[in-house]
Amino acid sequence: MIQSSLTQMGAALRAKKISSVELTQNYLDRISTLNPALNAYITLNPEVSLEQARAADVRLAAGKTDALTGIPIAQKDIFCAKGWRTTCGSKMLHNFVSPYDAHVISQFNSAGAINLGKTNMDEFAMGSSNETSYYGTVKNPWDTARVPGGSSGGTAAAVAARLCAAATGTDTGGSIRQPAALCGISGLKPTYGVVSRYGMIAFASSLDQAGPMARSAEDLALLLNTMAGFDERDSTSLQRDKEDYARDLVKPLNGLRIGLPKEFFAEGLGSDVAQTVETSIGEYKKLGATIVDISLPNTKLSIPVYYVLAPAEASSNLSRFDGVRYGYRAPEYTDLADMYEKSRAQGFGAEVKRRIMIGTYVLSHGYYDAYYLQAQKIRRLIAQDFVEAFKQCDVIMGPTSPSTAFKLGEKGDDPVQMYLSDIYTIAVNLAGLPGMSIPCGFGANNMPVGLQIIGNYFDEARMLNVAHQFQLATDWHTRAPKL
Amino acid sequence: MSLNITDVEKVARLARLAMTPQEMQAAQVQLSNIFGLIAEMQAVDTSGIAPMSHSQELSQRLREDVVTETNQREAFQSIAPQVEDGLYLVPQVIE
Repeated sequence: MIQSSLTQMGAALRAKKISSVELTQNYLDRISTLNPALNAYITLNPEVSLEQARAADVRLAAGKTDALTGIPIAQKDIFCAKGWRTTCGSKMLHNFVSPYDAHVISQFNSAGAINLGKTNMDEFAMGSSNETSYYGTVKNPWDTARVPGGSSGGTAAAVAARLCAAATGTDTGGSIRQPAALCGISGLKPTYGVVSRYGMIAFASSLDQAGPMARSAEDLALLLNTMAGFDERDSTSLQRDKEDYARDLVKPLNGLRIGLPKEFFAEGLGSDVAQTVETSIGEYKKLGATIVDISLPNTKLSIPVYYVLAPAEASSNLSRFDGVRYGYRAPEYTDLADMYEKSRAQGFGAEVKRRIMIGTYVLSHGYYDAYYLQAQKIRRLIAQDFVEAFKQCDVIMGPTSPSTAFKLGEKGDDPVQMYLSDIYTIAVNLAGLPGMSIPCGFGANNMPVGLQIIGNYFDEARMLNVAHQFQLATDWHTRAPKL
Repeated sequence: MSLNITDVEKVARLARLAMTPQEMQAAQVQLSNIFGLIAEMQAVDTSGIAPMSHSQELSQRLREDVVTETNQREAFQSIAPQVEDGLYLVPQVIE
């Protein structure tokens, strides 16, 4: 059952071949056996999950079902879930039990899905390896000496190891796509504004977007159907008609124009990744697609622009953690300022403090124009590159990450090395476009390689079609690590 | 571009982060490296380009000025570090 698609699982549940309680217990048993070595979950709440499963079984018996009723879904620990400890990977929130549900959580609850547990992540989603989590690093299920990617690394590892049916992630600069690539699973970051940010702990509000992570594009479509939709509690949520993201899955790809940006195949790309991605492009040609050479000339600037905008927004968002209303408070202090300074110094980890400091500096008096405003202007140039590119092609493809999963500790203490590994994903967030990663083969050390698919605004259904057709013709997405 | 130790002290104070002298020295090196990366941005000619904050160019939605939240003080204060009689406790700020 754990290798079945969500559609098959749903059918088995509705046909009473298995109950939601049995399915949930299967996953909980698998988690207790395999999670200690992987550390993919921060918080489990088996009684609560099973209670939800019993309710789902009642609903299934009554025939009042949704596509996801009774299916166990893991939630990234960035989503507030009522009654669940919600840590965001930080000591700052080690004792935070959320008093309310994020929009994404309530959407899954209404569908009758089971919250299987909260997955590990880089602290406040700041990282590309999961090594910044206060709750320990996550291990890549394909090789436990390697990172799973980040920041949604716990989710990626849990899906790859079949420790959940599917899961959620968030993506500010690549945090869904990069770990999906490094763990050999599928992940989709929707157009900015498609999924509500309400109750999703904020990192960089103008870039943060939630999305599904799963074993196939078909599964992603079902999950996005549940997650997407207007929510008045998020001021940047978009008012659009409800879509069925699975509607175009079966369309043939004849005549599809795939743009290959030359900047994505330049210096810095590992030869194993390049070769694997090129082989997949060959597969698309066989499926009837044509290739267009395009250019995204400002790609290189996306890293400096991102490392101004994201920390600036983070420094503002994270000012709410003051040790007064919730979260960590230092045990000893002399006065109010001392309490703030010590609570924040002890509650945040090194990478989070670094980004708060970058953000504080670029927003401080006299520097705003030179940094934040300049970055926002270049952000427009980066977005315009994509507008030009989409005049010539329907989707853009390239690698998700320049290398396969690196070893734990390999990038050492130099944050700049880690930042550079996000080169192919960041521009998509800056432009607000949808992007996804699907498994497309294996590179050096037999580690998974991800193919990135970037679509035009609101083109998620087409991207899922493009991914699904590849997955009908290949079996990379069915490969699972031996555990 | 590199930051000096006075810049680091000032930023730490503005960000309300207590730091030891050793931590400040490490931060000085790391932040300078990061600003070295960011400096690439400064050479770009952006005259006449409007800043972009949201891809869909939305205007802010407005709603009626009515009370929509219910009182959940007890639920919210149950997770606070220190409360008394429905109030959040902090060190004394007024003599």
